[in-house]
Amino acid sequence: MRYSILFLGAVAWGSAADLVIQNAKILTVANGRIDGAILIRDGKIAEVAAKVLVPQGAEILDAGGMYVMPGIIDCHSHLAAESINEGSVSVSSMVGIEDVLDPGDIAIHRALAGGTTTANVLHGSANSIGGKCQVIKMRWGKNAAGLKFEGAKPGIKFALGENPKRRGQQAAAPGVTSRYPATRMGVEDVIREAFLEAKQYQAERKTASPPRRNLKLEPLVEVLEGKRQVHAHCYRADEILMLIRVADEMGFKIRTFQHVLEGYKVAKEIAAHGGGASTFSDWWSYKVEAFDATPYNAAIMHKKGVVVSVNSDSDELIRHLNNEAAKTMKYGGLTEDEALAMVTINPAKQLEIESRVGSIEVGKDADLAMFDAHPLSNYGKVQKVFIDGQLYFDRQNDLAQRAEREVKKKALLDKAKREREQDRTPPRRTE
Amino acid sequence: MLKRSVWLCAVVSSAMLGETFLIKDVALHPVTGPDVPVTSVLVRDGLVAEIALKIAAAKGVKVIEGKGLHLYPGMINSATTLGMAEIGAVRETNDVAELGDFNPQLRSLIAVNPSSEHIPVARANGITSAIALPNGGIIAGQAGLMHLDGWTWEEMDVKRSAAMHLRFPVLTTTGTPAVGGRPVGARPSFAEAKRRHEEMLSKLRLFFEDARRYQKAKAGTGTAGLVVDRKFEAMLPVLEGRQQVMVTAARNRTISEALEFAKRENIKIVLAGCREFTPELLKEIKARNIAVILPETLALPLDEDDPYDAIYSLPAELHRAGILFAFATFDSSAARNLPYQAAASVPFGLEREDALKAVTINAAKIWGVDDKIGSVEKGKWADLVLADGDLLETRTQIKMMWIRGKAVDLETRHTKLSDRYSARPN
Repeated sequence: MRYSILFLGAVAWGSAADLVIQNAKILTVANGRIDGAILIRDGKIAEVAAKVLVPQGAEILDAGGMYVMPGIIDCHSHLAAESINEGSVSVSSMVGIEDVLDPGDIAIHRALAGGTTTANVLHGSANSIGGKCQVIKMRWGKNAAGLKFEGAKPGIKFALGENPKRRGQQAAAPGVTSRYPATRMGVEDVIREAFLEAKQYQAERKTASPPRRNLKLEPLVEVLEGKRQVHAHCYRADEILMLIRVADEMGFKIRTFQHVLEGYKVAKEIAAHGGGASTFSDWWSYKVEAFDATPYNAAIMHKKGVVVSVNSDSDELIRHLNNEAAKTMKYGGLTEDEALAMVTINPAKQLEIESRVGSIEVGKDADLAMFDAHPLSNYGKVQKVFIDGQLYFDRQNDLAQRAEREVKKKALLDKAKREREQDRTPPRRTE
Repeated sequence: MLKRSVWLCAVVSSAMLGETFLIKDVALHPVTGPDVPVTSVLVRDGLVAEIALKIAAAKGVKVIEGKGLHLYPGMINSATTLGMAEIGAVRETNDVAELGDFNPQLRSLIAVNPSSEHIPVARANGITSAIALPNGGIIAGQAGLMHLDGWTWEEMDVKRSAAMHLRFPVLTTTGTPAVGGRPVGARPSFAEAKRRHEEMLSKLRLFFEDARRYQKAKAGTGTAGLVVDRKFEAMLPVLEGRQQVMVTAARNRTISEALEFAKRENIKIVLAGCREFTPELLKEIKARNIAVILPETLALPLDEDDPYDAIYSLPAELHRAGILFAFATFDSSAARNLPYQAAASVPFGLEREDALKAVTINAAKIWGVDDKIGSVEKGKWADLVLADGDLLETRTQIKMMWIRGKAVDLETRHTKLSDRYSARPN
């Protein structure tokens, strides 16, 4: 009820009909720029070319020379998560974002309005091993199940450094005890201990009399078996290297280092491990471990062979990741294609969904963002956004519906007011 | 003796003011006049000495080739904590918010650390001046306008006391602070919030009343026994209308109360940190000729059911209402993003040239220094930025910068770290 006036849902281009977007400057990310058309069939990109034959009965959308890029992908977000941190324990791998998805979070609609179509929704960084992540598409108007990026590989959040240490270092509030660890040494120890336990559990599960299911260790076994990705929150070079060595020793991979503000210092080691890096464009100095940050981080890691993405970690930043990507051109001299890749194909690779999204290529999901200026310019804005070939955001519709929404809002407020007044009338006595 | 000291002064100041140089064949964006596709600019004694297509460079004058480049006035960030806050989470490195409700005697500039890592970082994106904003209590202190270069804060000083900062009390049940940020603290009931708010307002009124009594007592006869009160002394320029008050107020209710307060107290104000305006408020602000300092454009709407672009379109709304405004970031680490905050309002209705004015000449007007900075004009200070493109676009690279004609370093903590670790062998 609370969100009912906000749900605009998808304005369907009848899923039966083909859609042709014509007269567009198409930034494919995979094959440079094509000035032409995109044919969308059954939610997928069926053709991309300078000229596309319009099938009979197809709808035609004249892009009027606007830019079309792949829907933006954010490898680090917390939107649509009703809660973020299960911080009471140092290992909270038994919990997951999947169970707390809030499809009514207005942040989804706002992210869409900024051209973002996919996000990796992560658990918080309060503990060394956090909860399970959920990759979603911004299918505004669908229920929680409808948001999920079907088939995306499961993930889990790890966290190093100041955040997981905090509960160990704070003077405990009355009734609250300090929680191990309080140092980076302890963070390593927690992770190592958890994986030793998981290995033992993994072995015991294969015996004739397996132990009861352990929901804490199960996701860690999946990590060991390569079935679940690790996304590790980290800042300093020493802790990045520490985690690589623990993972090497235990026999698993870190899929992405998140934030990874000092990644540029150990880019060689990250590349050798095969890990990706998902970083901020230019955040720095908000805490001690963020003081050696440099906005050149993304470009340096990229040049040293790491797959790099630029993330938001913010309901606000997720609305203009295209501009954040442009900062890799300013700080580090990346090309337009390299910059766009930071928020499209690279995060898709990191999340292992690159066969589905991240570029405009035949066979991929028709997740597209249409801009009225080059998306790497500060002077453009999003006009339309498609997910699975469906129109999920249209600025002109949004503008047109505002007056109507105001009327609906007023009606709801008036109704609530009347109900409040009725509540104040003294209750009748019933005996 | 007198002659000698005058001579010494002259030597010192000319040494500080940099050399004579000529920027040749550059695209000039004077801001106060139309763009000039090709011209030359001569700088002498820290001032713009001449602007003309052909300027003959005297012997020994350094010539800078400006072909293909763009020359802009240095930008002004109208509210920052540059030099006052180094690492957010470390209290020892923060000198922004003093204890106590009323501290008009405090001056931000004297607490600016000239060797803060944040200053070169902000500067390297084309920002040459910034307001250092004290930000605690109700009357936080005096905001100073500074140049982003100098060995000491004295050398950085442009205007020691550009405004008194009044953080107007907010009636809130969510704990929303005056400028952006997440709600803090427990949620009080409306009745409790209202009581607290009225208490703060009456404190504020009382403080002004006391200050006026002090003013009257001082002006009267028989002041022999008057004890000097430094807080009230600091209020005298405000009460006499010689000192403008920067009043931060985010929401309509607060803005409206702030306007009413300013009228009753008959003080000259600049509104700051505003996040919304009713049409009636816009009309009143315009009618009373009050300027506005806008915080980041790239910000979330205040309420869940606001249009997604509610904040993006605010600058254009102000412009349409004919109100003088400038942009600010209200922090230190993101102060460098000022040009992009200005640019973000362009797709939502503000013209590019007006966005540029809001980080240059209009800011200079608001702070009363438009005779010196904010545009490239003959006789003004040579606060200049030479760039390879549009100053407000992220992709643009700054090539050279000058503050009062002195070339400033574009190296930062960030370029140094980048250089050092890029060189790490593979």
